[in-house]
Amino acid sequence: MTARQERLARLLMPWLTLGVLLLAWELACILFDVPEIIAPRPSRVFEVAVQRWDLLLRFCLETLWTTLIGFALAIGFGLLLGLAIGASPFVYAGLYPLLIAFNAIPKVAIVPILMIWVGIGALPAVITAFVISFVPIVVNVATGLATIEPEMRDLLRSLGASNWEILTKVGIPRAMPYLFASLKVAATLAFVGSVLSETVGGNRGIGFLMLSASARNDSATTFAGLFAIAIMGVGVYAVCALIERRMTRWAFRGELVR
Amino acid sequence: MPPAASPLVELKNVSLAYGEGRDATLALGDATMSIAQGEFVAVVGPSGCGKSTLMKLVTGLIAPTSGEVRVRDARVTGPIRGVGMAFQNSTLMPWRTTRDNVMLPLEVVEPHKRRLRTDRAFYFDKAQKLLASVGLGEFGDKYPWQLSGGMQQRANVCRALIHEPQILMLDEPFGALDAFTREELWGILQQLWLERRFTAVLVTHDLREAVFLADTVYVMSRRPGRIVKIRTVDLPRPRRLETTFTPAFVDIVHELRERIQLEHA
Repeated sequence: MTARQERLARLLMPWLTLGVLLLAWELACILFDVPEIIAPRPSRVFEVAVQRWDLLLRFCLETLWTTLIGFALAIGFGLLLGLAIGASPFVYAGLYPLLIAFNAIPKVAIVPILMIWVGIGALPAVITAFVISFVPIVVNVATGLATIEPEMRDLLRSLGASNWEILTKVGIPRAMPYLFASLKVAATLAFVGSVLSETVGGNRGIGFLMLSASARNDSATTFAGLFAIAIMGVGVYAVCALIERRMTRWAFRGELVR
Repeated sequence: MPPAASPLVELKNVSLAYGEGRDATLALGDATMSIAQGEFVAVVGPSGCGKSTLMKLVTGLIAPTSGEVRVRDARVTGPIRGVGMAFQNSTLMPWRTTRDNVMLPLEVVEPHKRRLRTDRAFYFDKAQKLLASVGLGEFGDKYPWQLSGGMQQRANVCRALIHEPQILMLDEPFGALDAFTREELWGILQQLWLERRFTAVLVTHDLREAVFLADTVYVMSRRPGRIVKIRTVDLPRPRRLETTFTPAFVDIVHELRERIQLEHA
């Protein structure tokens, strides 16, 4: 295989895998005569998605916006908190255990509380997307800061650099690859958060659409919603990965991550 | 070179222990040194003898457990100004180009820090000239990880010198390099020193390197490190690679080797 063919093959691989999986699913449904209400055939899901694309798109966009706002808040807050935790042993000692405890709480449990506080609508979904996705960002950014080579710190200290200068000249650039690595995890988590909130109680978004479709035993639409979330998740992930490659090219000199 | 009347760096009965109480290990015991302005000093000794500790003490990165470190006749209590440092690990920042790495001290050290924005062209030129003087003139825009190990160490030395420090601290800067590259860099470092006459402290375990570069070689004992021998090297400068094969040079290396051998006995 030439290099060009190899690249082409690598690009085609995920589509091929997807195609094979869907085909197996389709055949299994026909072979075992699975009722549509239990598991609709992928072709049915596709058919419904095409029929109701305007409806799906509207609900998808609602979810996408709430997710992105929650995700953006998580990036800002996670970055600041991560820097504080990584830079100061006191902040670390004080906040880290609480952060772990908070992360252990199933977020589905806080949605009803949020609804009491802020009502239904977009806001609880934004908040849920935020709280579910900021922890990995904090942990990663703090790790990036904490693992600065001691020699690099010594070098700057011997030049008379202030702690602030050490943070801006070494700490933050050093933490960037860690930040972007966490964004790829956090982006997909943010979708989990917003859809969770929409499903537990809401009147908008793809989660709400799926819930009401399944209440009508319309499982094809429910599955179409699932696929839509997956596609949006991959899309946001791809954007994060692209920005990562542009911003921290130096960290990928081994070309390990694509 | 005979020590001047008032030395630039002075260590008086300095010792340093890491840890506290029963766990404390003495890294450096009762070191007394005196380094003149413009002198090139090398510190050699068995590994783990506290050579690097000595360097951190002189720059004020750590405080001595007992004794006193004085620089320019003032007691050192925190990181001192006007120092350049280079380590074995080049610690160049992978997210900066080689030239931006070399220019890093200018962003931190006064008065350059204040002038950097307005005199950008001047400093850019200065960095370019320094890089060219070590044979890296065309590599300023490359990233450190695109350079070979020897080139990285040259850039590392440039970064330690760009702000024209009075004191240059070198902690086994060529330790990770192959013999040919190392010898080539001795020549480059000597040339820079002859031109600028900064005070240099070189920590190394390569005796030939110490004798080639230094005016005075301090030999340290095993941990806890003590200074057990001071040897003046009065070979004429500039020393060349051929110098290292002359009897005078070889004799000094042998003399130092024998003293260190005692430590391993």
